Amino acid sequence: MSLHFIEFELNGQHVEGTAEARRTLLDFLRTDAGCTGPHAGCEHGVCGACTVLVDGAAVRSCLMLAVQANGKVVETVESLASGTDELHPIQQMFKEEFALQCGFCTPGFLMTMVALDRAEPRPDAAEMKEALSGHLCRCTGYQGILRVVDRLAEAGK
Amino acid sequence: MSEPASAIGARFVGKRVQRKEDRRLLTGRGTYVDDVIVAGMLHAAFVRSNIARGQIVRLDVARARAVPGVAAVYTAAELDSLDYQRSNPIFDMPGIPVPDNGLLARSDVRFVGDPVAIVLATTRAIAEDAAALVEVEYRAEQPVVGIAAAKAMPAVHAGHADNLVGTQDSGEDAEIDEIFSRAAHVVEETVRNCRQAHMPMETRGLLVSPDGTGELTVHLACQNPQFAALQIAHVFHLGQQQVRVIAKDVGGAFGLKVSMQRDEFAVVAATLILGRPVKWIEDRLENLTVAGQGRDDQLHVRLAFDSDHRLLAADVRYDCDFGAYPYAVQSPASLVTPMFPGPYHLPRYRWTAQGWYTNTSGMVPYRGPWMLEMFAREVVFDIAARQMRVDPIELRRKNIIGKADQPFQTATGFVLTDITPRETMELTVGAIDVASFRKEQAQAREQGRYIGLGVANGIEPTTVSFGFYASEFAHVRVEANGRVTAMMSTFSQGHGTATTIAQVIAERLGVPFEEVTVVEGDSSRGGFGGAAGGSRQAVAGGGAAIVASDMLREKIQRIAAHAYNANPESVRIDDGVITIEGSPEIRSSIAEIAQMAYIMPDRLPPDMDMGLETQYRYRPPQMVFANATHACICEVDVETGKVSILRWIAGGDCGELINPSIVEGQISGGVAQGIGGVLFEHVRYDEDGQPLAVTLKDYLLPTALDMPKVEFQHLCTPSATPGGFKGVGEGGAMISPPALVNAIADALAPFGKRWTEMPLSPDRIVCGLLD
Repeated sequence: MSLHFIEFELNGQHVEGTAEARRTLLDFLRTDAGCTGPHAGCEHGVCGACTVLVDGAAVRSCLMLAVQANGKVVETVESLASGTDELHPIQQMFKEEFALQCGFCTPGFLMTMVALDRAEPRPDAAEMKEALSGHLCRCTGYQGILRVVDRLAEAGK
Repeated sequence: MSEPASAIGARFVGKRVQRKEDRRLLTGRGTYVDDVIVAGMLHAAFVRSNIARGQIVRLDVARARAVPGVAAVYTAAELDSLDYQRSNPIFDMPGIPVPDNGLLARSDVRFVGDPVAIVLATTRAIAEDAAALVEVEYRAEQPVVGIAAAKAMPAVHAGHADNLVGTQDSGEDAEIDEIFSRAAHVVEETVRNCRQAHMPMETRGLLVSPDGTGELTVHLACQNPQFAALQIAHVFHLGQQQVRVIAKDVGGAFGLKVSMQRDEFAVVAATLILGRPVKWIEDRLENLTVAGQGRDDQLHVRLAFDSDHRLLAADVRYDCDFGAYPYAVQSPASLVTPMFPGPYHLPRYRWTAQGWYTNTSGMVPYRGPWMLEMFAREVVFDIAARQMRVDPIELRRKNIIGKADQPFQTATGFVLTDITPRETMELTVGAIDVASFRKEQAQAREQGRYIGLGVANGIEPTTVSFGFYASEFAHVRVEANGRVTAMMSTFSQGHGTATTIAQVIAERLGVPFEEVTVVEGDSSRGGFGGAAGGSRQAVAGGGAAIVASDMLREKIQRIAAHAYNANPESVRIDDGVITIEGSPEIRSSIAEIAQMAYIMPDRLPPDMDMGLETQYRYRPPQMVFANATHACICEVDVETGKVSILRWIAGGDCGELINPSIVEGQISGGVAQGIGGVLFEHVRYDEDGQPLAVTLKDYLLPTALDMPKVEFQHLCTPSATPGGFKGVGEGGAMISPPALVNAIADALAPFGKRWTEMPLSPDRIVCGLLD
């Protein structure tokens, strides 16, 4: 397997390294870049737990190769708030609405919601819900997550 | 709830306190097993059987061993060189032999995915590359797939006479046949659960790290680090202190991670042989096909009613497909039939239960493993109501027990107390205007739209406390700086016990919630206990925390009383501040008392030991019953078979709620799994025993678009335990399927069909209507 040099911006910092062509962005982020927030839930693009932002768009980092991130801007859940800072407003809503239990799927939901929150024109609640149907949560029955969607949609009006 | 001996400060129990766990999980700083890295660790990948049944005729690992980066490839021959035992000290059932085939398959394979070899390499990618180079040839045999085949075909396991795992029955009862022959109404039906996957978002996984002194540190996705340490020590003849199991965050479990399985033990064995750290993270294909599955059982039900629609007798036969390597078979096998009478007057009852081995992935208890008792009973009640032309809610009213009937002994001998089935049902159906719904339903039918209402009642034996689940442990201490630490044997895989247990302790001690830290997830720190399983942590863990905290509070009161020359009973503790009734000038703090306890022995009463720490092992009652009624309104599109859920009312009585938001999260999570099990989720096998649900595109789960807004109705009748708590973890998953199936059947009632075979996926509904 040939090794490729890659460099990209990750959470505001420059990162570089080498990756085999077959290596996923998720694997590179978790193992080489030390960002363990994105999780491997299915590794076939269905569950959404690995979602990160690449040039502002929510992508499944398990379906993207690390080499494809070369020259791009990548944001993971770690960028939303540091461990001691105030939480990002969407993280804060998740906490207030009990929108997580085991937390494994949560970073993916958060990143998609951040992308939706930044989108112009801003999607309404139904569109957000539709987008979130691409994420699986096995613990909560989605109740708290749907309350966050309602609050977020309300806040955008 | 019983008040503490001396009135104390702010109440935290019953409040929607935000979770302590959330900050790290929301910021991506949780520590799940795959986040842990140990220097020099190897990665494991398994070679697994691609046939359901057969003999290994050739196994050649030479090419795999030659791959650069591969440290070792082990087969059964290598692992069997270790002196291990295959028994499971916690979950083996007395009298039922453990089917043995080693940790890796020896001469034969018994399901698709049976582990045949384990490859250890410097990266996971290399391990998988090498695994693909292991050459295995099999002589295939016709596999046993399904219960009917299990009854007829040769034994799955060598040395077994047949495929029967076990059989139980209630004994001869000639009179019951007499009752059925004379009954005004007899209703008969079989309800079948399809096989389902637990599907925690985090798969199974472990990282085993040996150190030079013969000790193992095991990072493990599990439900109970204590059980796992005990199991590993038992299987490999190690001392208990040689095994430390750590689990910080676990991404859901739902029963799947109660016990380690053969492949996980194979990883431990490989570590022991090679002497290097090994990580194995299950992939989703493995998780869906080999991790173990749930449900896949059927209950044949006959009910006899008198002319006034009162239940006279029930006669049921239970069969469960346990797969090839099940564990904890007792949870469905020994609870479905005993729990079948539910919250109803049932004068006469006969039952038989049998479990069967098949060439499929093993049965692993899945959230409410005995839910078929509730599911089948409530579905057949609705079938009975339609057959007898009586309203299904009215039929339940005629037969259900209420508060006034208790203590009530069920037909199988359980004594029900402190539950409210009748009252909860009335509360739940009261949230719906049933009369106007029926009008709306009639009008809709005229327009070719089919809406239906389904109601189901159930009681759940929570905190079933026997054997390894008999107790829970709390060590609570006020540290020298006044902060409170609780070392608990509870463990959360999303349950939020670091929050709920802290609420309980903060309230009982009279300290701020923020100052209580609950430590769990490390077998070397907490004491032994049952942890997660059987809806037990609120009652068992909460009970241990309450008693330990009360003991500690009494000591604080005695120290303060001695220091300030007062009676212990007059010492008040609130928000960490200590005051003396009748002496407003005195104001002390928990921190000050802690200093006295740890560094100023002269300030203590002369007969008192130093320190401010207690421990208590709580033994709950044998079981603590909770009850629920769920009601669902749905619409079925008869052209497409799509079911849309329009309303969901979740009524329940799980005693005093420690944190209503966490309770509601447990209920709605269970409801989602129940809805999934009715509408989408199906682990199918073909006739060759090949699993057909191998990705999340084949195994469909409910999404945010499929879930209704759940409307909660709580009754809070305290149980006779220290906090008045009851369990709530499993009930939502058990009660939701019959509520939904009854709603679908009610919607489709004009078609005169019965809907008893899960899942009721669109194709099944459309085909069922065409039949």
